Amino acid sequence: MDLFFVISLEVLYGIASLVLISVGLAIVFGMMKVINLAHGEFMMIGGYAAITAVNLGINIFVAMLIVAPLVVGVIGLVVERLVIRHLYGRLVDTMLATWGLSLLFIGLATMIFGNTTTGISTPIAGFTVGNYQVNGYNLFVILIAVCVIAGLFIVLKTTRLGLIARGTMQRSDMAAALGHSPDRVYMATFFCGSALSGLAGAVFAPLVGLVPTSGGSYIAEAFITVIVGGPALIAGLLSSAGLLGLISQFFTFAISPVIGEMALLVAAVILLRILPQGVTSRFFKGRL
Amino acid sequence: MQSAWTREAFVTILVAALLMWLLPYAVSTYTLTILIIYGMLAFSLGLIWGFGGILCFGQAAFFGLGAYTYAVAAINIGESTLPMLLAVAVPTLFALLLGAMMFYGRLSDVYLGVITLVVTLIFFTFMNATAGSQYAIGSARLGGFNGIPGFPILNVPGQPDLLIYGDALFYVCAVCLLVVYLLVSHLLRSGFGRIAVAIRENETRVSLLGYDVRARKTLLFAIGAAIAGLAGALFANWAEIVTPSLFSLVQSAEIIIWCIVGGLGTRIGPILGAAGLAYLKFLLGQQSMIDNTVIMGLVLVLFVLFLPKGLVPAVLSLWQAGQGRRRRARGLRPFGSQRGRERPVG
Amino acid sequence: MAETVLEARGVSMHFGGVVAVDTVDFTLSARELRCLIGPNGAGKSTFFKCLTGLLRPTDGQIFMRGHETTGWHPHEIASLGVGIKTQVPNVMDGLSVRENIWIAGRRFLPPQETDRRVAEIIDRLALGEIARRSLGELAHGERQRVELAMVAIGDPWLILLDEPAAGMSATDMERMIAILTEMADTTAIVVVEHDMQFIRSIASTVTVFHQGAVLIEDDVDRVMADATVRDVYLGRTT
Repeated sequence: MDLFFVISLEVLYGIASLVLISVGLAIVFGMMKVINLAHGEFMMIGGYAAITAVNLGINIFVAMLIVAPLVVGVIGLVVERLVIRHLYGRLVDTMLATWGLSLLFIGLATMIFGNTTTGISTPIAGFTVGNYQVNGYNLFVILIAVCVIAGLFIVLKTTRLGLIARGTMQRSDMAAALGHSPDRVYMATFFCGSALSGLAGAVFAPLVGLVPTSGGSYIAEAFITVIVGGPALIAGLLSSAGLLGLISQFFTFAISPVIGEMALLVAAVILLRILPQGVTSRFFKGRL
Repeated sequence: MQSAWTREAFVTILVAALLMWLLPYAVSTYTLTILIIYGMLAFSLGLIWGFGGILCFGQAAFFGLGAYTYAVAAINIGESTLPMLLAVAVPTLFALLLGAMMFYGRLSDVYLGVITLVVTLIFFTFMNATAGSQYAIGSARLGGFNGIPGFPILNVPGQPDLLIYGDALFYVCAVCLLVVYLLVSHLLRSGFGRIAVAIRENETRVSLLGYDVRARKTLLFAIGAAIAGLAGALFANWAEIVTPSLFSLVQSAEIIIWCIVGGLGTRIGPILGAAGLAYLKFLLGQQSMIDNTVIMGLVLVLFVLFLPKGLVPAVLSLWQAGQGRRRRARGLRPFGSQRGRERPVG
Repeated sequence: MAETVLEARGVSMHFGGVVAVDTVDFTLSARELRCLIGPNGAGKSTFFKCLTGLLRPTDGQIFMRGHETTGWHPHEIASLGVGIKTQVPNVMDGLSVRENIWIAGRRFLPPQETDRRVAEIIDRLALGEIARRSLGELAHGERQRVELAMVAIGDPWLILLDEPAAGMSATDMERMIAILTEMADTTAIVVVEHDMQFIRSIASTVTVFHQGAVLIEDDVDRVMADATVRDVYLGRTT
C-alpha cells in the first residue's frame, strides 16, 4: 500500500513536471504557431534568476514564483519585439532564429555565471511513508502544475482576455477583423508563455544542478509534449503529459532513469508517426 | 549538355587541386582537415535541405553514427577499410528506416524537424549513459560521457601498417570531398536530381505526375546520411576519439547555421559556410573575451532576419544584377524581375 | 459500346457529419469527353479528388481499366497512364517551363525521347517564347497551359481536369478548347467546370452534380434546357 502510494506520487510528479516544462511552449505554439527553440534557455534563465535572487537575500518562494517569471517574461517581450515579430507565419524561420537565440543565451550565461554547476537547496523537507522516503518538494511541483493549469483554464474560459486568446488561436485573422490588434495579443501571449517558462525553470532549479546548457535537457521533452498534444491547449498538454509521463516513469522504475528518458523520446516518435497532428487532433477535437 | 558537364567537372577538379596545393601554405593541414570534414557534413545537409526540401534538424545523428561505427568497427576489426565502409553503410541504413517511417507517414516539415531532433537526442542520451562495462560492442566499450579513444586509425587499404594521418589525412579528406561533390553534382543533373528539386517545389504535383514522392525522399535522405556518415568516419580519424558531443544539440545547430550562412540551394554555399565559420570559431577560440556560442547564435539570428538566402546566393544575385545593369546600359535586354526566390522552407 | 475506362460504384465521401459525395455511380467510356457541372459545394471537386487519389472515399469503389484503384495513392493512379490537373495551378514555381514539362514526361519516357517530346509539346502548345522562364513569373493563363502540356506529354488514356478554364482570357480559352478537342480524339477526358460557354464548346455529355449526388446525366443541350438544372443553378446563384 505504501509502495503503491509512493509510486503513484512519482508518476504524478512525472506528469506534473512534463506539464510545467511544456506549458510555456504550448501557449506560444498554440496561440502564435511559433515553436520557440529557446524555450529551454528561458527555463535556464529562470533558474539563474531565482538562484541569484535567493543569493541576494530574497525569500526563495518569492524568488521562484515572482522574480523569475517577471525576469524571463521581460526577456521574452524583448525577444518578441526584436526577432519573433518579424517572422510570423514563417514557422521554420522562427524555429531557426530561436535556435540561434538559444545558443546566444547559453553563451551569455556562460560568460556571466561561468561553466560550473550552481544550485540552491530545496526549501521543503522530505517525509516518510511507511518505509519509504518521499521528497516533499515533489508535492510542491505537483501543486504548482495544478495551479498553473487551473489558472490557465480559468483565464481562458472566463476572462475577456481569454476569449480573445481563444479566438486568436482559432483564427488569427478573425480576431484582427474584430478589432483586436494581433500585435498586442501576440506580445501578451509571448510574455505569458515566457513567464511560465521562467517559473518552471525556477521551480526545477533546486532539483537540478544548473549549468548554462541545462536548457537542452528540457527542450526535447517540452517540444514533444506539445507536439504530441496537438492543437487543443489544455487537453493536449494534459493528455500527452499524462501519456508520456506514465511511459517514462514506468520504464524508470522497471529499468533505469536513462531508459525512462529514452522511452519517452521513442514513444513520442512512434506517437507522431501514428497521429501526425497530435493526440487531440483525433480525440479531443475542438476542446481547449 | 554532356560537354557542359565535362567542362564543369574539369574546372571543379582544377580548382580543387589548386586549393589543395595552395591552402596548406596559409593554414595548417590539421586545421584544414577539420574544415573539410565540416564542409562535407554541411554539404550533406545542403543536399537534402537545399535541393530536396527535407528539413532535418538531426544531421548530427548520422555524423555521430558514422564516427561511432568507425570507432567500434576499427577496434573490433583493426584494418580500416571495412570500418570505413560500415561507417557509411550503417547511417545509410538507419536513414532508410527513419526516412521510410517519416515520409510514408506523410509528416510535414515541422514534425520532420522535431523527429530528427528527438532521434539525435536519443543517441545523445544513450551514448552518455553507456559508461558501464556492460555497454560494449565486441571488444569496444562505448565509454559513456568519455567516449571511445584509442581506436586504430585509417590505413592504406590492405596495408594495416601504412597509417594515414597528418598531411596524408588532409589529402585523403580533400579528395573524398571532391569525389562526393562531383557525384552529387552529377546526381543533381540526372533525372533523380531534377525530380528531387521538383518535389521541393511542389510535392503534390510531382505525385500527380506519377512519381513516388515518398520513396524518392527516403532515398535522398539516405544519400545525405551516407555523406554525413563518411564525414563522421573521417572526423573520428582526425580527432582519434569519438564522444557523445557529436550528437549534441549544439552540433546539430552548427550544421544548420553553416548551411544558412553559406546559402541553401547551392552546392558550394554550405561547404564555404562550414569552412568559414569553423575557421572563425578556431580564430575566436584563441581569445577568451566572448564566448563562441554567443557569436554562433548571433550569426544564426541575424542571418535568418536579414539574409535568409545566405551569402553565396546573395553574392550571385548581386553579380547578376550588376550583369543585368550592364546589359541594360548597352540596351540589349531589359533587366527582368530577377529577384531570387524565397528560400524553399515552406 | 466502347470499353469502359473509368467506373465509380457507390462512391461516398463524408467529412465528419457532412456528406460531400453521396453514393455516386459514374461510368466513362474510352475516348469519351464528359463534363461534371454543378453549383458550388455540389461535391464535384470532392468526387474528383476521390478519383485522383487525393482523397480516400469513405465508401464505394473506383475502377480504372479493370484495376480497382480505391484508396490508391495519386502517384499510383498517375502511373497507370492517367493525366491529372488539379483546380489550383499545381506547378513547380521555381523551375522553368521546359523543366516542368520535362519532369512530367520523364516519368513515362526514356531521356532522349523525353527531350524530343518536350520540344514537340512546347511547339504544339505555343510555349516556345516562355520555355525558359520560371513558372513563378508567368501569368495565370500561361500556367494553365503549361499544366495542360504536363498532362499531355505522358500520352494518357484518361485525363482528369479540374476547372481548366478558370480565370482564363478569351484567347487562352479558345486555345484550350482546341487542344482539348484534339486530345479527345484519342483520350477519355473528365472535365470539372463552371463555365457554361466553355462546356458547350467541348462537351457532348454532361453529368450534373447537386448536393453530393448525380442529378441528371444527358446530352449537353438537353441538360441546359432542363428545368431542374436551371432551378439548381439559379437557386444557388441568386
